[in-house]
Amino acid sequence: MRKKLFEDIKVLDFTWAAAGPMATKVLSDYGAEVIKIENHRHPDGTRVGGPFKDNIPGLNRSACFNQWNTSKRSILLDLSQPKGLEVAKKLAAWADIAIENFSGGTVKRMGLGYEELKKVNPGIIMLSSCMMGQTGPYAAHPGVGPLLTALSGFNHITGWPDREPLGPSGAYTDFIGPRFTLLALLSALDLRRRTGKGQYLDLSQFETSVHFMAPVLLDSIVNNRTVDRIGNRLDYAAPHGAYRCWGEDRWCVIAVFTDKDWECFCEVIGNPPWTKEPQFGTLWARKQNEDELDRLVNEWTMNYAPEQVMEMMQSAGVAAGIVQNAQDLQERDPQLKHRHLFWKLNHPEAGEYTSLRPNFLVSKSPHELQRAPLLGEHNEYVLKEILKMSDDEIADLVVDGVLD
Amino acid sequence: MLSPYRVLDLTDGEELLSAKLLGDLGADVIKIENPGGSAARRIGPFYHDEIDTEKSLFWFAFNTSKRGITLNLETADGREIFKTLVKTADCIIESFPPGYLDGLGLGYKTLESINPGIVLVSISPFGQSGPYKHYKASDIVSWAMGGEMYVTGDPDRPPVRISYHSQARMHAAVEASVGAVAALYNRAATGEGQHVDVSVQECVVQVAHQFTTMFWDTNGIILTRAKPSMFSNLRTTRLWACRDGYVVFSVSSGVHAKRNNYPLFDLMESRDMGDEYLRSMDWDTFSFTTTTQEIVDRIEEPIRKFFLKYSKAELLKLGVEYRVQVYPVATAADVQESVQLAARDYWVELDHPELGTAIRYPGAFVVASETPVRVSHRAPLLGEHNLEIYEKELGFSHEKLITLKQANVI
Repeated sequence: MRKKLFEDIKVLDFTWAAAGPMATKVLSDYGAEVIKIENHRHPDGTRVGGPFKDNIPGLNRSACFNQWNTSKRSILLDLSQPKGLEVAKKLAAWADIAIENFSGGTVKRMGLGYEELKKVNPGIIMLSSCMMGQTGPYAAHPGVGPLLTALSGFNHITGWPDREPLGPSGAYTDFIGPRFTLLALLSALDLRRRTGKGQYLDLSQFETSVHFMAPVLLDSIVNNRTVDRIGNRLDYAAPHGAYRCWGEDRWCVIAVFTDKDWECFCEVIGNPPWTKEPQFGTLWARKQNEDELDRLVNEWTMNYAPEQVMEMMQSAGVAAGIVQNAQDLQERDPQLKHRHLFWKLNHPEAGEYTSLRPNFLVSKSPHELQRAPLLGEHNEYVLKEILKMSDDEIADLVVDGVLD
Repeated sequence: MLSPYRVLDLTDGEELLSAKLLGDLGADVIKIENPGGSAARRIGPFYHDEIDTEKSLFWFAFNTSKRGITLNLETADGREIFKTLVKTADCIIESFPPGYLDGLGLGYKTLESINPGIVLVSISPFGQSGPYKHYKASDIVSWAMGGEMYVTGDPDRPPVRISYHSQARMHAAVEASVGAVAALYNRAATGEGQHVDVSVQECVVQVAHQFTTMFWDTNGIILTRAKPSMFSNLRTTRLWACRDGYVVFSVSSGVHAKRNNYPLFDLMESRDMGDEYLRSMDWDTFSFTTTTQEIVDRIEEPIRKFFLKYSKAELLKLGVEYRVQVYPVATAADVQESVQLAARDYWVELDHPELGTAIRYPGAFVVASETPVRVSHRAPLLGEHNLEIYEKELGFSHEKLITLKQANVI
């Protein structure tokens, strides 16, 4: 069996909620040993929030937690107790990476800041990921993904020109942050491999998200222009949009860019007379008559299922797709099936569930998803096998309530 | 952090972000363009609206920290020169349609035989294999096929994407950077490079999965844009008008209600806009699943009035002061003027001597204590480093360069 990509990487994982765990999940799915520090009194928010299997709540039944924490180990540790802190520091001595995503300054107050961890492990790489960074007037301000998404500018440019801003669905920036977190961690790991030097990585999710707004930002910086929402339109394509299909709430998308695309598009829809009219003959003409164009395209698409539209258009070399819903993605999409994006896992309390594998594939290194851990499932493994503690030492911790 | 590595960048579009990040991390990135220039140079917005392939702000944004050469891979000479460059490179990033490089005799197997340590990173709409591998995609297609579009929008209108540039491809770009560094790190242990495969569709599925497959997988529910909330059929406000735009804020129920809502009430009271009904409500038992629309409207009324009185910037500042999680729906101008980004010295000024000015750019994506990430210089002009690479480094004669130029090789 080929060596796993991150086989020799050891991670002390203090992260909770979404953005942090999704980053360490990529490490664990690719073979890193990720030890997740958990607590009964303050469990990870995703253990407490749903959705739950069969709508029955339970700390081990949460879909969010189980999907985002595959292949990791869980140890219960009360970090507010000095003995708990001690165990955490022993793990820091063992680890290559320590990672946390509490709000700015929190981990320092807990006694687990970089300066402290460096004392037990001078080469440690520590990454803090929070909304707005460890410094600055807004550093300690709490927030969640949907709020940061608005702060970063995405909401303002999502929706219709004649309506209020909508914003992408969900906690959009929670899915940007983890990618940058991984990039920072792996780069730091490689530097350390070459030089022996660890470092502290202060990642602001706001600062990473802003990169996805770069062209629009430069327009503001250089041209003093603030752009607004434009629905599904695109300057240099027409038709370009979502069109209603046959079936309930079924839609397709079509994007026609070049003259060749237009010619093939017309061919697919049967070259109706309207396509030969001068107001649709060139891209610029179509842009001037786009409302009418969209109405006419809709008249055609309405008669077909989105699968048919996609198949017909793609066969002719025109970019088109299905606006896929959850069931389409998980059960019908043949491409995702072929690519084995979804892994079925078996969990002792939540039963069978699905988790996504990492978004990048490497040709010579396998990944393997294991089900998420039960709360505190690996106390013994971590304390005995990793920290080599004796039964007596462990018993003391239990008595003191440290392993809660 | 990545200074020992050389990256050959064959991407176009938003995928250009991938090698830019590696360049910001210190790698020696060489952007390779066709002699006629990358298609990305034609994408707006433009510097002072001057429509010019050396003034595309889109090109500027995604090509900092790179050098640039021209090379036509569709010529035999071009391919030979490319193979020479591969010998001393560590990583190649490309976003051609799957099979294109193979068709040119530049597929991974060939590259590996030239340089066993080479890491090839391929970004494509649906991945390097599978029934859709040859499907064409633009952002709207990727966004739809990945599931994020279905759950975004108003119920009485079509599903909608995020306007302008391709978010989907930006996600894939960063993922590709991650894959590149992962493979380079792994190479130190194995001595071998490998082929990294990133599908734009899969990156979008990742973005969307919490509100799509997670609910389907767990309880067979399909969330729609008509009913985005699992937990309530009531009309609740998350977007509030304020004096100069909008803010987002969610009234909480259950366990978080007091901690989340009380600070807002404190703030309102401090500005003489407190409301007794809000204060006296039993938040411990309040739940959106069991309350009525009337009560929700009554709760929202004084909050609506309060937010209307203040600007986005004021509400963010007050929010931080009183620990209220109210955030502006920021425009690009608001982001540009962010107090927090300024305090962290986030922005970087890069010189554009040919424009006679410096332009401010988003800066380092992480603050690294030992080896700072640096957005080092502006995007290259077309063929700007041809002499540096071809003449100085590869030792091409002047005659050779003239021949290659005239034959549209460089």
